[in-house]
Amino acid sequence: MARLALMAGPVAFFAVFFAYPVAAIVARGLEVDGVWRFGRIGDVLAQSDVRHVLWFTTWQALASTALTLLVALPGAYVFARFDFPGKQVLRAVVTVPFVLPTVVVGTAFLALVGRGGLLDELWGVRLDTTVWAILLAHVFFNYAVVVRTVGGLWAQLDPRQEEAARMLGASRARAWRQVTLPALAPAVAAAALMVFLFTFTSFGVVQILGGPAFSTLEVEIYRQTSQVFDLSTAAVLTLIQFAAVVAVLAVHAWTVRRRESALRLVDAATTARRPRGAGQWALLAGVLATVALLVVLPLAVLVQRSLGAPGFGYYRALTEADGGAFLVPPIEAIGNSLQYALAATAIAVVIGALAAAALTRRDAGRFVRGFDALLMLPLGVSAVTVGFGFLIALDEPPLDLRASWILVPLAQALVGVPFVVRTMLPVLRAVDGRLREAAAVLGASPWRVWREVDLPMVRRALLVAAGFAFAVSLGEFGATVFIARPDNPTLPVAVARLLGRPGDMNYGQAMALSTILMLVCAVALVVLERLRTDRSGEF
Amino acid sequence: MGITKKVTVLALGLGMAGGLAACGSSSDEGTGSGDSKTVTLVSHDSWAASKDVIAAFEKESGYKVKVLEDGDAGQAVNKAILTKDNPQGDVFFGVDNTLLSRALDNGLFQPYEAKGSDLVLPEYRADGDKHRVTPVDTGDVCVNYDKAYFSKRGLTPPKSLDDLVKPEYKDLLVTENAGSSSPGLGFLLGTAAQYGDGGWEGYWKKLKANGVKVVDSWEQAYNEEFSGSSGGKKAKGDRPLVVSYASSPPAEVIYADPQPSTAPTGVADGTCFRQVEYAGLLDNARNAKGGKALLDFLIGERFQNDMPLNMFVYPVREGARIPEAFVKYGPQAKDPGTMDPAKIADNRDQWVKSWTSLVLK
Repeated sequence: MARLALMAGPVAFFAVFFAYPVAAIVARGLEVDGVWRFGRIGDVLAQSDVRHVLWFTTWQALASTALTLLVALPGAYVFARFDFPGKQVLRAVVTVPFVLPTVVVGTAFLALVGRGGLLDELWGVRLDTTVWAILLAHVFFNYAVVVRTVGGLWAQLDPRQEEAARMLGASRARAWRQVTLPALAPAVAAAALMVFLFTFTSFGVVQILGGPAFSTLEVEIYRQTSQVFDLSTAAVLTLIQFAAVVAVLAVHAWTVRRRESALRLVDAATTARRPRGAGQWALLAGVLATVALLVVLPLAVLVQRSLGAPGFGYYRALTEADGGAFLVPPIEAIGNSLQYALAATAIAVVIGALAAAALTRRDAGRFVRGFDALLMLPLGVSAVTVGFGFLIALDEPPLDLRASWILVPLAQALVGVPFVVRTMLPVLRAVDGRLREAAAVLGASPWRVWREVDLPMVRRALLVAAGFAFAVSLGEFGATVFIARPDNPTLPVAVARLLGRPGDMNYGQAMALSTILMLVCAVALVVLERLRTDRSGEF
Repeated sequence: MGITKKVTVLALGLGMAGGLAACGSSSDEGTGSGDSKTVTLVSHDSWAASKDVIAAFEKESGYKVKVLEDGDAGQAVNKAILTKDNPQGDVFFGVDNTLLSRALDNGLFQPYEAKGSDLVLPEYRADGDKHRVTPVDTGDVCVNYDKAYFSKRGLTPPKSLDDLVKPEYKDLLVTENAGSSSPGLGFLLGTAAQYGDGGWEGYWKKLKANGVKVVDSWEQAYNEEFSGSSGGKKAKGDRPLVVSYASSPPAEVIYADPQPSTAPTGVADGTCFRQVEYAGLLDNARNAKGGKALLDFLIGERFQNDMPLNMFVYPVREGARIPEAFVKYGPQAKDPGTMDPAKIADNRDQWVKSWTSLVLK
């Protein structure tokens, strides 16, 4: 019963703000006079263009995921196990790309790997309109996903377990393979799944860096809905993407379930130490160099371009309402964005924490496991579909929210919840169930068990989850652009609008606003890092 | 940190969510376009107007104007169609001649003949005597060139569509995806207008062989690839020819700081295609009366005089003032390509499909 009560909130939230709007827009495309035309699915799939899109979407997502894991897993280890100056700031910095609007990242990346970019000047290499630019940008975007998801758990694994295995005669490789790897596997799987989902549904990066010749399902859905206005093709593609994502999630749920085990978690602060020996220093140096090249450099290009006018001219221009691109000074977008993102974070944390708590229970049945996968679906469904769905579904009483500002945080929370659940589940599931049972036997209420057993152990995960939810909300563009009110633009929406206008001032202001967005995220993430260490001493 | 503090943090979080939801529902009242004192204009995000001009309309008419900018031109139209049973506003502005049929066929507008329609120059009028739409502004999609590039090499800039396929202009032009960009579609229709149903595909084959580059958006073409714009210069754009607007050169002057004495870019006059943008009273508009007043205002003298420098378009009203900078740096095309809206309606989607597989694949 308690489980059902916990689940009621998240289920209602997803039914009303996700399933209903998406169903409404799909119905608009496929339902004619009350008859569903599922025959369209066959027609659309028969087109070679569509099959080409499917194939490209899949292989580039697989390649991006593999590349991201390859590049970021050493980073996760370094962030989890090593102590070095500036670690907190750096952890925040690598997360910044994740929240930048794709239009900004695309522009910055073009300056790096495009014509006249750094690679071009050094070696005459240009990667724009090649798949390599897309893959690199995907790594840039998702580096933090792996570092934070895997590193978060890694930091809490007791190193003494591996040491014990070594003492008992296991080789270093064997100790890692048989002790650390199995414990880490759910987090690696979760991270890989997230990266795959993000790259499978990649939109802005593919459009900007790949050019019109490359098209993922998400890009094609956007084109069919927003440009060609062929709603039935868009609906079919939405369903295909939906089915693909469900299949991936099902496989993931199966692998994770097989590997789950109760872990001995310790305070993250006690596991990290200074690197020792040449090998470890080299590893640290390698990771830092990767971060500098892959993450810091594109961000630096952005900052450099925002300073193109003398005396911070672009920044000063942001405070003026010119009556042109905006009804309000662009600088106000910062306040809007923060408010929306805070609201979205609050919603996502509450919904996500309830869902994670419900899913943790060992007696979870098939229904609950299905619910686990369901929570991830918003990441796999086109933001364009969700945005349009909100518009046509949430416009009548009792849900007439279309003119209300809460619509934006609701849409942003949809992409935030999966992060909260994903970050908290591995840790929550790793809590030894006997602790809960012991507390219950001693007379604690379920609420008190959660508060005194689970919460202290997952507090850190909760904060990381909140940070992620905040960050993705701040950078969310695909759905927000459809529903944000023009007099209350968010930062990414404002940047896109400025980029859409000719002239140096608008371009410079877009770069300046992007830089501000980047700094806001960095500051928020650094604060979060501080919060984390203040509290982790209590474990 | 004690238990109490933890609980406080959690309660704060929960309370915040609840409180915010409450704010949401209360701020809802009064912003809906249902009240008859507010008139809501739905447009694309290139919409712009001077504050005092809007204020003057508000004072004279007694309506408060609310503007909803809804994405780029194509997206705004599609969104308006999707929400037409319960529209977001009363008037829609920003459907152009390339997409007009989509709006009309889907029943987006109800008829209204705006006051002053008789003063709209005849070449911009559309929809016969049904009056479902009112022309508001016009602009020309033209190839722009980077003056410095051509003068440095002693090369004459191209003047016509025919010039663009000549070997001396190989690998110089960047254009936009006709499937995703309004100027890209305009340029495609311009070639179809000039070379006809049977000829435009042959022209594009030659253009492709001559190294035309296609990108998805105007922003990317103009601010990244084009070597003549301020954004493109910073991005080290290397294409000296770009499909943009006749009014882009004046924008380069006006938005530069300090302003140069001549525009850094020019327009190839024989490559232009004329776009006209329309506004209309939305079907099911809640404040139809206010919407009608707003339509009258949009083709009124004050707005027509104010509009050019805000949206970088030309007025459609007889005798409206054309800004000096436009005359100096970006005159209207003398003989732009045009196409009958019915012909566009019949062919657009098929042409874009053929163009996509011909040029992009």
